[in-house]
Amino acid sequence: MSVKTELNFTLNGRPVNIEVPVDMTVLNLLRDVLDLKGTKYACGEGECGACTIEVDGTTINSCLMYAADLNGRTVMTIEGLGAGNKMHPMQQSFVDHGAVQCGFCMPGMIIQANYLVKQNPDLTREEMKRGLEGNICRCTGYTKVLDAVAAIVGAEG
Amino acid sequence: MSEIEKYIAPDTVSDAVKALSSGGVTILAGGTDLTPQIDAGRRSHAPTLMNIRRVDDLSGITQNKGETRIGCLTTVSEIKQSDLAPAILRQAADHFASEQIRNAATLGGNICNASPAGDMINPLLVLDASVELASWKEGAMEVRREPLRRFFTGPGKTIKHDNELLIAVVFDTPGPDFVGYFRKSGPRPALEISTVSVGIGGDYKDGAFHNVRVAFGAVGPTPLRGKATEAMLEGQALTAEVIDKSARAAQDDATPIDDIRATSWYRTHLIAVFTEELLNNVRQN
Repeated sequence: MSVKTELNFTLNGRPVNIEVPVDMTVLNLLRDVLDLKGTKYACGEGECGACTIEVDGTTINSCLMYAADLNGRTVMTIEGLGAGNKMHPMQQSFVDHGAVQCGFCMPGMIIQANYLVKQNPDLTREEMKRGLEGNICRCTGYTKVLDAVAAIVGAEG
Repeated sequence: MSEIEKYIAPDTVSDAVKALSSGGVTILAGGTDLTPQIDAGRRSHAPTLMNIRRVDDLSGITQNKGETRIGCLTTVSEIKQSDLAPAILRQAADHFASEQIRNAATLGGNICNASPAGDMINPLLVLDASVELASWKEGAMEVRREPLRRFFTGPGKTIKHDNELLIAVVFDTPGPDFVGYFRKSGPRPALEISTVSVGIGGDYKDGAFHNVRVAFGAVGPTPLRGKATEAMLEGQALTAEVIDKSARAAQDDATPIDDIRATSWYRTHLIAVFTEELLNNVRQN
């Protein structure tokens, strides 16, 4: 097994101190070690966006990031988006617009959508499409997803 | 997969370069190419994993005395959003993978991965960029500059030695007459490895094109400059005849292969179409 390294980082507002093998990905750390199953594993090569999380305020594919690189950083996963049992407005909007079918892509989709709106509160529908290019949904369409995000920014069709 | 025996995350360029001098080091930056290549068994870890993302001096875009300098750790998103990046570089950044990958992927990583289809490489060839390679020699850091057009030797292969770190990309800041365009193709706009990419740039003034540089991606073993196309265009007015001849010259410059993404025939066709399209864009300035 590869050598381990000690990490100190902030996860959903709480400090984490842990030793990890240096070749472990952030996704494996979250799901298999820290038991946060909201972030999903699908393609494992950065194509699908199911594993999207925020690191230091920007979104990345957690399947491509080495956990060792988290030292000193601030991480937000889907579990940290709402306040306790109260859903974040973006989550509620996805529910209200029926933007979910099987739900597997949702955590990544919602984290990415929330990031896009934070970056640009006046997001157009076209900019939403560009910004969500890295998030793939394989069971439904994207129309309701875009409707859900549009409702948050007040953008019309 | 081989085991990693040592992990280091240096704070300074000199510490990073010093660590390379003993050999056996895998360099980690954005991780967007390294992770899938390791998983797919296309490469294995050296005994030491060096994370260079903590080295502050290697990030950001600066301009000084007519030269633009981009640190190797600058992400594709940072380039896309920077006013200091020439438009042709921002066009390529805008069509690079996805937002999540652009937020992590570094310019140095895209260059050192040395894919013939590397999207940031094409506009940098049009800008006639050079790379700075740092190594540790006799107690001090030594930096050599090499033109990017001579950097690549084959798919995944470059002239960079194992003890060298690509620390920055530099090029002459384009003047007010410089016009440049980049175009890539793939079945969808996002997360596409280019089937073909074309970049064209030069000084377009009083209806004539000067200091023309043309680059092609994914049509040979390395990203390449289109010498025949450049010769056809140099000093010319962009008439329909010149554009047509240039599109044919572009087909002579390219040596595409059949692979999973496209046939050689299709790539050769696209090269001409894109060359014509970009020259028409230039003409409209």
